Amino acid sequence: MLDPLARLGRAGIDTLEQIGRGHLLLLGILSGFADLARRPRLLIAQLYAVGVLSLLIVAVSGTFVGMVLSLQGYYILSQFGAEQTLGVMVAASLVRELGPVVAALLFAGRAGSALTAEIGLMAATEQLSGLEMMAVNPVKRILAPRFLAGFISMPLLAAIFSALGVVGGYFVGVGLLGVDDGAFWSQMQAKIDLQGDVRNGVIKSLVFGFVCTWIALFQGYYAVPTAEGVSRATTRTVVHSSLAVLGLDFILTALMFGD
Amino acid sequence: MASVGEPLVKIRDLHYSRDKNHIFKGVDVDIARGGVTAVMGPSGTGKTTLLKLIGGQLYPDSGTIHIDGQDVHKMKTSDLYRLRMRMGMLFQSGALLTDISVFENVAYPLREHTPLPESMIRKLVLLKLEAVGLRGARDLMPSELSGGMARRVALARAIALDPGMIMYDEPFTGQDPISMGVLVKLIRSLNDASRLTSIVVSHDVQETAGIADYIYLISDGKVVDQGVPEKMMDSRSEWSRQFMKGLPDGPAAFHYRAPELEQDLMG
Repeated sequence: MLDPLARLGRAGIDTLEQIGRGHLLLLGILSGFADLARRPRLLIAQLYAVGVLSLLIVAVSGTFVGMVLSLQGYYILSQFGAEQTLGVMVAASLVRELGPVVAALLFAGRAGSALTAEIGLMAATEQLSGLEMMAVNPVKRILAPRFLAGFISMPLLAAIFSALGVVGGYFVGVGLLGVDDGAFWSQMQAKIDLQGDVRNGVIKSLVFGFVCTWIALFQGYYAVPTAEGVSRATTRTVVHSSLAVLGLDFILTALMFGD
Repeated sequence: MASVGEPLVKIRDLHYSRDKNHIFKGVDVDIARGGVTAVMGPSGTGKTTLLKLIGGQLYPDSGTIHIDGQDVHKMKTSDLYRLRMRMGMLFQSGALLTDISVFENVAYPLREHTPLPESMIRKLVLLKLEAVGLRGARDLMPSELSGGMARRVALARAIALDPGMIMYDEPFTGQDPISMGVLVKLIRSLNDASRLTSIVVSHDVQETAGIADYIYLISDGKVVDQGVPEKMMDSRSEWSRQFMKGLPDGPAAFHYRAPELEQDLMG
């Protein structure tokens, strides 16, 4: 009779414990930023691993998403004779939503999972313990540069995603479907708002970068140090990050665009 | 600061459990300054755990560990890190950083904690690698090393900062007879030449007894026997004699707890 109740209680305590650990880890990471100023090479190496290496998948996906958006948008808009606004539709969808969200999902799959696996394996092979015993704080030296790299890379990747999406949309809309070239760009220029659309998209991607990298590092750092443990942690990174991105996107969108 | 006659490490009534396993049930150990102290015991008795407790990486359930008069588990993090700079630890797995070369691994603590110029770091690294016989392997990556070689590189890294105390976790496992002999001598000579304090955790009885000044035998969460190596070989305790001489019969069981074999097979 008491068993299910006890299990529920244990699950609650475990969850709270995890949240607490996650926040303590975050504090440790943030306190490592001061060190990074003295060792910029650590950050540069991670910007490459986390950001540059995610570039290809983000660029290709962005282009295709823009192309599909253009196809679908043209089909709907042309029913109302509004195909000249295709540029606005493509750009607004990308900058407000798809850029930050899809880039974050790709980031979680490409860079987040790699971070978790790397940190988890470092823990499993005692490399993190080894650093601690060499009086080097692994949270500051290993985790902090990766976190900052993720936070910086995410908005840049989202921007590249959106920009290439617009280019892809242009090729399909103007090149294949015959939308007027001038209308495509001028409507976009007139209707896309730097404050309302672009800035809010950037805020979203900063939040997603923060959350995705935090989840990835947390899962790696506290992974059970076995092959199975690391593999589960990697899966959790992708699942938790994706859900967090989609959930936060709804909240942020409601706050930003819902009057 | 404790006086010179005091042991460097003083462990009192140490209790530690992981999940529901009681690993230590009241352990008292003194590690004398300038000596080689061995902690021995069957596999799974928590020898590595003991080193991690001494290094402040794990927290005991109760009991204290003092190093040089300071309680390791009540120190501020910054003080603990400062203390660790005077401690070297050789991990069982080597724990080398896998994305940098052998040379860079040994240079790592020097680069982190000293402002030495590159030319000096190079000389120091080569000398440390020479001591473990792997100067020629400086450009290899850790993945290209055998387990025994990785542990020797880890030893070179552990002594890079010339610490006052070194903890060796199973230093002899996986070594061929030649490197085993060199390592045994190296541990002893490092200890004597630099007035180090060494803690060797091992179950290689012959090698360890050959260099240890004092031995603790740990089993089932407690210190079951202690003494100088000669005394331990002829210990009054039947358990100690069995362990030290590697005899199959005696009070210590080879088998993990299990029901009778016949009963198990018949289902």
